[in-house]
Formats: sequence, C-alpha cells, structure tokens
Amino acid sequence: MDLFEYQARDIFEKHGVPVLAASVATTADEAEKAAATIGGKVVVKAQVKVGGRGKAGGVKLAENPQDAREKAGAILGMDIKGHTVRTVMIAAAAPIESEYYLAILLDRSNRTFLVMASVSGGMDIEEVAHTAPEKLAKIPVSAVDGISLAKAKEIVAAAQFPADVADQVADVLLKLWDVFQGEDATLVEVNPLVKTKDGKVIALDGKVTLDDNADFRQPDHEGLVDQAAENPLEAAAKEKGLNYVKLEGEVGIIGNGAGLVMSTLDVVAYAGEKHGGVRPANFLDIGGGASAQIMADGLSIILGDKDVKSVFVNVFGGITACDAVANGIVQALELLGPKATKPIVVRLDGNNVVEGRAILAKAAHPLVEQADTMDGAANRAAELAAK
Amino acid sequence: MSIFINDASKVIVQGMTGSEGTKHTRRMLASGTKVVGGVTPGKGGQVVDIDGHQLPVFNTVAEAMSATGANVSVVFVPPKFAKAAVIDAIDATMPLVVVITEGIPVHDSASFYTYAQTKGTTQIIGPNCPGLISPGKSNVGIIPADITGAGPIGLVSKSGTLTYQMMYELRDIGFSTAVGIGGDPVIGTTHIDCLRAFQDDPETTAIVMIGEIGGDAEERAAAFISEYVTKPVVGYVAGFTAPEGKTMGHAGAIVSGSSGTAQGKKDALEAAGVKVGQTPSETARLLRAIMGR
Repeated sequence: MDLFEYQARDIFEKHGVPVLAASVATTADEAEKAAATIGGKVVVKAQVKVGGRGKAGGVKLAENPQDAREKAGAILGMDIKGHTVRTVMIAAAAPIESEYYLAILLDRSNRTFLVMASVSGGMDIEEVAHTAPEKLAKIPVSAVDGISLAKAKEIVAAAQFPADVADQVADVLLKLWDVFQGEDATLVEVNPLVKTKDGKVIALDGKVTLDDNADFRQPDHEGLVDQAAENPLEAAAKEKGLNYVKLEGEVGIIGNGAGLVMSTLDVVAYAGEKHGGVRPANFLDIGGGASAQIMADGLSIILGDKDVKSVFVNVFGGITACDAVANGIVQALELLGPKATKPIVVRLDGNNVVEGRAILAKAAHPLVEQADTMDGAANRAAELAAK
Repeated sequence: MSIFINDASKVIVQGMTGSEGTKHTRRMLASGTKVVGGVTPGKGGQVVDIDGHQLPVFNTVAEAMSATGANVSVVFVPPKFAKAAVIDAIDATMPLVVVITEGIPVHDSASFYTYAQTKGTTQIIGPNCPGLISPGKSNVGIIPADITGAGPIGLVSKSGTLTYQMMYELRDIGFSTAVGIGGDPVIGTTHIDCLRAFQDDPETTAIVMIGEIGGDAEERAAAFISEYVTKPVVGYVAGFTAPEGKTMGHAGAIVSGSSGTAQGKKDALEAAGVKVGQTPSETARLLRAIMGR
C-alpha cells in the first residue's frame, strides 16, 4: 500500500524523523484554520498518490491564512493525472538552503535492502540516476544487520554529504531505518531532505510503501487505507477475502492461482482481438480451495460488474479436483438464482476432469457452456462478450 | 536423476500438526515421499498417525535431523511464525528448506534469506511456492503428484497452477523435476539456480521456464541462458495485460514504470534464443516441436 504524503509525514514524526508542522484539510475552511494554527507562510500541497503534482499546480505557497484558503479552494477537487484531490496538506514553509535525497528500499534483484542517497535532491531522482549516476550513492543494507550508526556514517560519506550536516543526516538515516523496519515498509523515500537556512535537516516530502503481508502485526495500518479511492467492487471482494482487481474490459474472469489467472487475462485479450477488441474485465483468483461458497462469492462480484458481458471460469483441478469445482459452480448458480444473468464459459482440466465435466453436463444450466481447452474457452467467452 | 530432491530425500514437515501440514503430509506420503517426521515447537515427543505412518514430532529441526537423518524440510507454518521456523532450520544446517507458506512479510523473508546466505549451508525454495516434485521419486510441497510421471523435461515456474497446467499439457512426456520457485519479491531459489541444475542434470534434456510480471528475474535468467545453458529452453510469461501499479495476486507480480513488464521479459528471453509461447498450450507445442514429440 502506498501512503499519502501526510500519512508518511505522520509516520516519520512518530519515529522521530524531523518534519515540519503540518495538518490536513479537506475544505478551504479547514485549510484556513490549519494555516492560522501553524502561523506564518504555509505551503498548500495536494495529496495524491502520483508524481508530478508540482508541475500540475498542486503545490502552492500561501502568504497568510486567507491566502491558504484561496489556494486550497483551487487545489481541492483538481484532477492530477486521473487522481482527484480530496485532501490538502498545510505545512509550515521553510527557507531552504540545500536539497538532498534519501531512500531505503527493497532491492528485489539482489534480495536485500538498499539505501540510495544523493546531495542532488529535489528533482526527479530517476533523472539524476540516468544523467549523473555518480551523484547517486547506492549502498546495500543487510536485512539482518540493518542500519547501525557506523553504517549510517558510511552512507553519509559515500554520498558526500557536507560536514556541517553529516551528523544530522546520519541520525535521520537511523530513524528512517526505524520507520522502514518498524512499519514493515518496502520503500521509505525522502525527497527532498532539506537543509534550512538555519542549518537544520528536515524531511520535507516523503513517500512510504507498506507491505500488506505484514498487516497481521501492524494493526494501525488498516486506518491508512484510502477508502474513497477504492473501487466498490474491489472493496466488496476484499470483504469476502477474494483477490480481485477491476480492469477495463468486458469478459469476467475467475480462475485458481495468480499465475493461471494472469495467463487467462492474456489469453482472453488475444482471443478478443478477433472479436471486436473485447478485453478481460477483472483479475480474480479464488485460490486453491474453490468451494461452492467461494465460487458463489466470486461469481456474484463479477456478475455485479455492469461492464461484464460474459464470464470465463478457468480452473485447473489440483488439490481441489475438478468434480469438487464443478459441484461448486452448480451450487453457486443455485445460490445466485435469478442474479446469474450472463453466459458462463467453463474450462476444467486436471484431476478428475471427466467427473467434473459430467457434473456440469448433467446440471445443464442454461447459462453454462463448457470448453475443452483454455484457448478455446477464451475464444468462446470473447465471442459471447462481443455479441 | 533429478534436481534438488530424489528417492533418497528424507523429509520433515515443519507445522505437520496444523491442518494444512497434516493434509499435505498425507498427500506427500501417498505419492511415495519419505516423510520421516514433523516439527512443532512445544509438541516434541508426540507421535502422529497419518494413514498408518507413525510420525514422530520434534521441538526443533536439529532434534528431528539427528533422530531421523532428514535432509529436506518443508514449511507449512503460518506467516506469523514462519521466520522463526526457517531460522530454526538454517541453524540446524538443514540442506534444503522448502517454504510453502503464503503471505510472509518481506522483511521476514529478506531476513531469513540473508541469514541463510551468511551461514552458507541451507538452500531455501520459496516462500509462497507450491514446492517441487521429481515424479515417482519425491514430492515436497503441494504439487498434485498424479498429473504426470517421470520424464526428461525440467520445469521452473513462479506460479503454482501454471506449473500444474504445463505438466498436464506435457503429461505424455513427463518431468525430471518441476520446481515452483514462488511469486514473492524475495525468494530463495531463482530461475537461474534451477536452470543451472537442469543444465547439469544428465536426465533432463529440455527445459520449460515460466515467468510472470514483476522484478527482473526473467531478464537475468535470459542472460544466464545465453552464457551457460546448451539444452533447449522454451518459455512462457504471464501478465501481458496487467496494468501498471496493480498487484496481480502474487506479492511480487506488479509492473512499476517500465520495469517488470511481460513484453520486456519475452524480448529478453527471445534475444537469448528461447522460444516463447503466447499461451501455455502454444508453449507446450513449441517444446514438442523441439523434442520431436
């Protein structure tokens, strides 16, 4: 889960990373009040989970609370690259002398953690990495040892931070490690980390990505979910414990296993090229179990998607054999009754496939038809969706 | 021959007394795997009867190894306790640890992977994987044993069900070993590790490699194939239609920016001379053409 800047800022503050006073507002009124509480000049910043908001006009300096009100009024409701601004952060303005960059992240390629640090912060760090790679220090961090004071000093030296901020930056690194590890983050980025005119080092903007797998030991993280941005179908699926992602197309997809479902989406998209360009409508992995209830839950989510014109159920019978899956489909359709309204193409393969196909054939549900192969089923589902 | 496991593999099950552990211990035994015991901290000394097999339970992996001579451990422990279980196995210098558990925080898997590397005595497969099977010899994990039998194909895959699908497509030819390496961001055994082992295994004559979006493992594997693998390799990559920024089921299956796309992986594999199928069935056909079957 990616966090908003204000959520990252709050987490930084909780772990002792130096940040500026700030609060959030969802109306111009609140923005004015927040600016008055903070006092002096403030920055009004659009809260969106996408880069380039500055260029889009989503960050404005305000001279006073009245000005903050006007700026917030203009920014709230803005569309930035498809993201509607629902919240602004009002933060104290700081006189900046230098801008740096710091990040701790999971380095998948090397199966370890990595610190990236640069004294050329502020701008797009990918640009720096591309045009002047020598200005971006990359230092591996052991997942066992983490960042000690000695390691922090090594990083500061490698990135050639000036002597007058070296100790402060090392301290920020220790605290960012505390955020990274303590919050089960996969990315903690500060850009820019600034030195103010009075010589203080402060995290001015931050990006944090949290590992959803760690939710069981991070009870606070549930409160960070952006309910407003969640697709209602995705929210409904999550409630049922289903792994569902809404896509743009017309063919509803149910399968077992993440890889097989991804593959199903591809095969449907290829088949769709011959049928007016129909595309998969969703990703839905019902996992290994595929009981009647799970199948019913999955089907009801997909049939509730008004974009769906046909459904493709693609199951490889492994631990849960095909006969159990077929019974699941039959019972699911009984549970759904008249709510099942769209044609369903079922492809079963694997363990007990003969028995599974026989169960579906015997049930002879008017909406259900079977296909022998994955490619054939995809073609038929695409054809039905194009009708 | 086969890779990583064979008919002499002696397997212990960490988490054998849990419901998943018991269920899959039963299935592993049924397929002929030499399961010699289980580990559940606090339940040491018990003996569990699974389909007539009297399996001793130990508190630690070290105790289980010294009592049974086990050389493979398979982990079915829930995410919360998985790190401790794997560390226990590494401390016992268990040679091969297969972590089936799904949903382990990446800080935990990065930590036990790093720890294993430091110790240098344990190979980890997974986490979040179906395990591996050398049909007719040993089945460690949850891959259905009855899809196909022994044969000359080596298979390595990030995905469980695509592994099963591909084994089914090629069931008349059979497999030396099929390895599900898992779809998490940090995994213990990579495509490259398996490709090297298949290249060195005299019984494997052709290799199928299944990848999916996210990370750069397939690109690295392509480079490795160019320099090391002389046996024919066919490939398949899932996730061409996955949009950027959406995680597709596996914690590691996410396209971010231009990195990790299916097209990029396909291009890299083809540049290394690997024939890449557009669908699983087409991939199977490509392999048949190469093998003349």
